[in-house]
Amino acid sequence: MNVLGEAVVWLNDPLNWQGRNGVPFLAYEHLYISGAAALLAALVALPTALTLGHIGRGGGLTVSVTNVTRAIPTLALLTVFAATAIGFGNRATIIALSLFAVPPLLTNAYVGIRGVDRDVVEAARGMGMSGTSILFRVELPLAVPLIAAGLRTAAVQVVATATLAALVGGGGLGKIINSGFGQQDPGQYVAGGILVAVLALLTEGLLALLQRQVTPAHERVGSRRVQRRGHDAVGASAPGRAAEDEPVSVS
Amino acid sequence: MASLSSADAGEHAHSWTNVLAVDAPANPWLSGDYVRDNREQLQELLLEHIVLTVETIVIAVLIAFPLAILAHRFSRLATPVLSTTGVLYTVPSLALFAFIAPFTGLRARTVLIGLVMYALLILVRNILAGLDGVPDDVLEAAQGMGYGRARMLWRVELPVALPTIMAGVRVATVSTVALVTVGVVVGYGGLGLLIIRGFQTFYRAEIVTASLLTVALGLTLDLLLAGVTRLLTPWARSRS
Repeated sequence: MNVLGEAVVWLNDPLNWQGRNGVPFLAYEHLYISGAAALLAALVALPTALTLGHIGRGGGLTVSVTNVTRAIPTLALLTVFAATAIGFGNRATIIALSLFAVPPLLTNAYVGIRGVDRDVVEAARGMGMSGTSILFRVELPLAVPLIAAGLRTAAVQVVATATLAALVGGGGLGKIINSGFGQQDPGQYVAGGILVAVLALLTEGLLALLQRQVTPAHERVGSRRVQRRGHDAVGASAPGRAAEDEPVSVS
Repeated sequence: MASLSSADAGEHAHSWTNVLAVDAPANPWLSGDYVRDNREQLQELLLEHIVLTVETIVIAVLIAFPLAILAHRFSRLATPVLSTTGVLYTVPSLALFAFIAPFTGLRARTVLIGLVMYALLILVRNILAGLDGVPDDVLEAAQGMGYGRARMLWRVELPVALPTIMAGVRVATVSTVALVTVGVVVGYGGLGLLIIRGFQTFYRAEIVTASLLTVALGLTLDLLLAGVTRLLTPWARSRS
């Protein structure tokens, strides 16, 4: 059984690249769902995190939001939403996925703002800056690397999770895998798997580059200064420390 | 914009189901009748869910420990080990199951292998972070007391790293409970089967009961593991 060969044959069939079930349209749909979900999540999470981080409250909230959402299966939320007035299709998917994208954005942005050196904030205050300008001209710029890390985690997770939409009547590349399993056609579901994996890894790679761009050289992971003390733990006892790159919920 | 509106058309194609949702008179979100009538199946699938989760975590821990200890001993191995598990983690579960299924068939084993691959990243990362986080003076003191490498690992490094390791086990367990549901595509998804069946028959009580049971299972296992952590680290209790 040469499944990989069958997958290559499937990928080379021009019929699979046409129309509403073709690869280009499904890839576009996948990215559209993911982009909309990430945007929606950012609109909710970032202002909340900036406010909470600036006034220095709500650290417990970000941790508990993360813990609770981790226990909810994406599939369950997608299905429950489909059974409400929101209905089937891409809208339910976008809302469900955005809920799962909130924790990484919230935690990273909060930790980023809180992590700004208190001396720097004091100096800004001493210079007569108002609270708002401290937030936007001091804390926010310094928190950008961590916010970017959160955005990357959230976006990669959303792209990965969007695959599940196909199980509840939604679109995206997951459709290829799902109908491949339905028709017991290994060539098709392996081909779909390859497409989905490539899309997820591409997203991860591109956003990692972006994150690198906005991170000052001395703070980059892999630079000697950061590497000195090992690797971050997930969900470890110190909630702040583990924020960067923490996998929050899986798809 | 043209392609946007065709996406909307896709939603309209499903709108007959919306009509069904509005018109159906008795389709409660929760129903005692449902639970009573399907008790046996609920228990059976809950058991399948638990077995898959426990098997996953046990196997993943057994693989993650040697990997993390190697990466800790030989720091040159840390990056390849972490990035390999990282790539596995980035690949969506549905795609992962699609890659494994041709070789293992539509069986519980397929789900198990996929879930282990996911749990690995979390576990390796936390075990490594725990071991790397042991303070140097503790290691030097143990060395001064004549501890050898193996005994140091077993009697000093692992106990000190235990809280971080257990935090990883908890996160991995909760994530696995949630992920098991996706196994439904290869026929072994524990309670995920009811979620999807409830979706296909538009039976709200079935969807919600299965979802709530899954969340409750995750939180219960998390609490249990938190208790185990407390029992295993009596020194941490007295300090705080």
